[in-house]
Order: sequence, then C-alpha cells, then structure tokens
Amino acid sequence: MKPVFMTYAKKDLINLAICMVLSVIIIPTFIKTEYWYTSILIPWLCLALATIGQQIVMGYTGQLALGAAGFMAAGAFAMFNLILRVPELGFIGSLAVSGLIAAAFGILFGLPSLKVRGIYLMVATLASQFFIIWMIDKFGWFKNYDSSGIITAQDIVILGKPFTTPLAMYFVCLAVTAVLTLLAMNMARGSTGRNWMAVRDMDIAAESMGVSLLKTKVQAFAISAFYCGVAGALFAFCYLKSLEPVAFDIKLSFKILFMCILGGLGTINGAFIGAAFILLFPVLLNSVGNNVFHGAIDATIISSIEQVIFGLLMIIFMIYEPLGMAKLWENLKQKFSSKLTSSNIKNLKSSLSKKF
Amino acid sequence: MAYERKFKIGEPILEVNNISLAFGGVKAITDTSFNVLEHEVRAIIGPNGAGKSSMLNCINGIYKPQQGTVSFKGKEIPNITPNIMAQMGLSRTFQNLALFKRMSVLDNILVGRKLHTKTNFIEVALQLPKVKKEEKANRDRSEEIISFLEIEDIKDTPVGKLPYGLQKKVELGRALATDSSIILLDEPMAGMNVEEKRDMCRFILKVNDELGTTMVLIEHDMGVVMDISDRVVVLDYGKVIGDGTPDEIMANQKVIDAYLGVEH
Repeated sequence: MKPVFMTYAKKDLINLAICMVLSVIIIPTFIKTEYWYTSILIPWLCLALATIGQQIVMGYTGQLALGAAGFMAAGAFAMFNLILRVPELGFIGSLAVSGLIAAAFGILFGLPSLKVRGIYLMVATLASQFFIIWMIDKFGWFKNYDSSGIITAQDIVILGKPFTTPLAMYFVCLAVTAVLTLLAMNMARGSTGRNWMAVRDMDIAAESMGVSLLKTKVQAFAISAFYCGVAGALFAFCYLKSLEPVAFDIKLSFKILFMCILGGLGTINGAFIGAAFILLFPVLLNSVGNNVFHGAIDATIISSIEQVIFGLLMIIFMIYEPLGMAKLWENLKQKFSSKLTSSNIKNLKSSLSKKF
Repeated sequence: MAYERKFKIGEPILEVNNISLAFGGVKAITDTSFNVLEHEVRAIIGPNGAGKSSMLNCINGIYKPQQGTVSFKGKEIPNITPNIMAQMGLSRTFQNLALFKRMSVLDNILVGRKLHTKTNFIEVALQLPKVKKEEKANRDRSEEIISFLEIEDIKDTPVGKLPYGLQKKVELGRALATDSSIILLDEPMAGMNVEEKRDMCRFILKVNDELGTTMVLIEHDMGVVMDISDRVVVLDYGKVIGDGTPDEIMANQKVIDAYLGVEH
C-alpha cells in the first residue's frame, strides 16, 4: 500500500520553499522601486487573503455569498478601535481580535444560508455589505468622532519596532498571509475541507453521513469572515494607510468575487492567481495605452475596456474552465512535466548515445 | 443451503409503525408497518411508485411522515433527521446517486468517516499530532474499503467522471465507511449489467456475513432479491401486501397479482 498522504508531501514542501525564497529573498533584493510594494505587492497579498476567505465560503462550501468587503470593513475598523482603545493588545493581538470580530459578523450574516441558497443567498448576504458600512457611518464612535470622514491609520508597531517603510509593511503582510494561507490549506485538505465540499456537492448526502449542515455552513462563514477581517485590517493599515468606509464598498466585494472565480473556485492558489490578475491587468492595460498608443486612447475608455474584458473573461471561464486559472496552471504544469519525463528524456538519451 | 452464519439473525433493530406519508393530496404511504431484524438482509420490493424510496426517506428522516413512528435499536425516535440517524448508526445510499461529484473517490469515502472524526477545525488547521493520527486511521479504513470493493485504480479520480456502475460502488463504499450497524440501499443494482450485479450481490452478502451489518435494500431484479434476502416486504400503492421469506412471497397471490396484473 502506498504511504498515507499526510498534509505535506515532498512536492508541497518544495513549492513552499520556492515561494518563501521568492518572496523573502528574491523580491526584496531585486525590486527596489517603492511603487511595486505600495501599489502592487501589498494590495495583492491583502486581496489574496480576502479571496481565500471568499474561496472558503463560495469555492469550498458552495454558498454564494457576496459581502467580503463588508467583513473587511469590520476588520479594518475593529483594528483601528482596538489599537486606539486597547493598546495593550499590540498589533498582532489586535489583528487577531479584529479577525474574530469580523468572524462574529460572519456567523450572524451566514445564518440565512441555512434557509436560502443560490442567488437568494447572494442577495441576503449583501445585507452584511450594507449593514456594516451603514453602522460605521452612522455611529461616530467607530470613527472616534472624526468629522473629516477619512481617518489616518495608526503606525504599525510590533514589539516596540515601527514598521513604516513599504518594505517593512510588505513583510508584515507577507508573514500574516503566509501563516493564514498555510492554515487554510491544512483545513481545506483535512476533514474540515471535506465537510465543506460535501455540503457543496450534495447536502442531503452529507447530512446522511453525519455532517451537520448548520455547523458546517456557519463555520465556513465564520472562517471566511475571519480571513476577510484580517485582510481588511491589513488593507487599511498597510495599503490605504487610512480608514474610510467608502473604500470597502460593493465594488470591492465584486472585485474579490471576480478574483475568486477567475482564479478558480475551490482552490487556494487560485486566490493568489486571481488577485494578481485582477490587480495587474489594469496596470498592463494602462501601460499598453501609454506606450503603444502613446495616450491616444482616453483613460476612461481604457478603464471601460478593462471592465469589458473582465466580464468577457468571466463568461469564458464559466463556460470553458469553471475551475479557473489555477486549473490552467495545473494543466500547463502537467503538460510540461509529462513532456519532460517521457519524450524529452528519451530524446536526450538517444541524442547522447549518438554523440558518444 | 445449510451454512452457519457468523452473526445469527436476532431481535428487531428497526421497526416502522403505522407510517402514513402524503404529498399534498397524493398518498405515498398508507399505514405501513414492518420490521427489520438485526443482521438480516431485508428487501423492499414493489412496482414503480409503490412508495419504496419514500419509505427509506421516512426511515432516514429526509421526509417527515404525517403519522406513525420509527423505532431504532429499541428506541422510538421522535424528531428524525438524517443527522440523528447517522449518529445512531444508520447509513444509506440513494436511488439517483448522491455522491460528492467534484471530490475524488477516496475523499468521498473519507466523508463517510465523518462520525469517526473528533478533531475540530482549529486542530485541523494547526495539524496537531492527534489530527494526523486520526486522519491516518480514517485513511487506512477507507483504503481497506476501497480494496474490498476492488476500486483501487480509480481512487483518485473525481467521482463525477466515473461510469454509473462504479459510482454505485463508491456510494456503497461511503456507506460502509461509516461502520454503521444498518445500511439502507436504494436500488444498489439499478442500471447494472449481470456481471456488475453479481459483484454487488457479493459485496452486500460479504459485508452482511463478515461485519454483521443489517442490510435493507430496494431492488427490482426479482432473481437477485429472492437469492440474497432473508425476508422480503412487498409494497403496492403505499401498502404492505406481503411480508415473509422469499418462498412465501413467491407463493403469495396478492404479490403475483400486483406484479402480473389481475383480471377484473
């Protein structure tokens, strides 16, 4: 019998090592421009984390939820208030607690999933989006009675050391995202993830096997909101460096939904691929507009083109590859490795034998 | 056939008392009672629309009958839900296949181990040693079932891609993985060819023989039913029209009439 597959196979450890070397050593040594950190890498990590949250509830548990940005707002404002009012918690402690506060909202707004499903659930979960933003706007306490509407986020201080440079903030985001991604992968591959997927694929059968629908769905919503909450806090403190409810509007929720679907439903690496695509594509389009057409195309037209292409891609992926870009990447890897193993080695051997 | 059973047929383990179920004005089951003895193979037969699947759904808690009770292991269950029945040791398969289509065969069977999984999601996220131990035990048991059902070569295939006969096998495997004391099989051999049917019969009898699992099955193939079951209950129009050993059933005039039709 083959050895039992335990969470980390050799392949996973190699992948992990590659990601770590790339993100900890290669990126910081070769990328010096601040722009890359402040405008691409940091938001990428934050949004990828939020997309993992969306994946858990939508990709793994199959609950069509649309309110990730609401939970992000809850996390961000919880973070602001915790640092302001309970400074003893420290940055990491506050981050964890704000995640838990978001998770509490997740449980509350996940409860409709027990009665409604599909598009109706999507509408029901929109409530979280609007309620949380409304609550923050309505009660001045959440903004510490700031009248300007935009609050500056406090500086990040961990164990007495300030983390204010873009590179330092990148490392903060990287560390949090890496740890939470690992935990998410463990859950997704373990018994927790199997329960989620069982509920997604056939809820009646799952229940007949002893999987509690109530517990599984509420758990998925809570964990999803936790991830979104932490992501929201990082998004506000490392990327925006300010707090305003408008930053967490429905557009952001849709953006995360797109990242989730384009990346590939039910995959963790798809969250990173999807987030990278949605973030980088406009940058690419702009530079094409500026460098190829030399500004002949109006910026508003470019941003419209961007929307059109996103929409088209969504339709194309839904029809031809519902598992998204993560699956394309997987196929590519398989093709490459099978070529490498079978034909290439044969060719290599024959060419070698001819030579000698 | 004089052979000694390892698990002697015992007391009633499941009793269905005066169940009536209606969907709006359509009566699916009317005042039906029968029992299932421990360690036996019990077949439910009847023409299409006789209420066989509805009966299983009542026992399993998917449908709530308007009248009547279900007793399991000597206890009357007041609010039956699939979850409660699963926890009490009743597992089932479905007529139209209810597998987790996007999950692999192994993962499907592992979901059957849910009630043998005690660790919570935080422990799973942190991969504590006890999680690894439990996961290994569950995987070992699942692999055992996979090799018992002779489906080793497809264990990593997503179930949705498998042909019907194999999916039926996987569903049986998932039910077996629960280690339940009773398994309800809703048409386990529907759409199978003779060879596949023979295999399935072999598995059902082997499980019953080696583990003593009580089997309740709905089946249309009379040859199969008469061969493998200890007792048969016949439903027609939601009522019991015959209950007894295969020989008794075959001699029952009402049953013959129901199947062959009768001149009025």
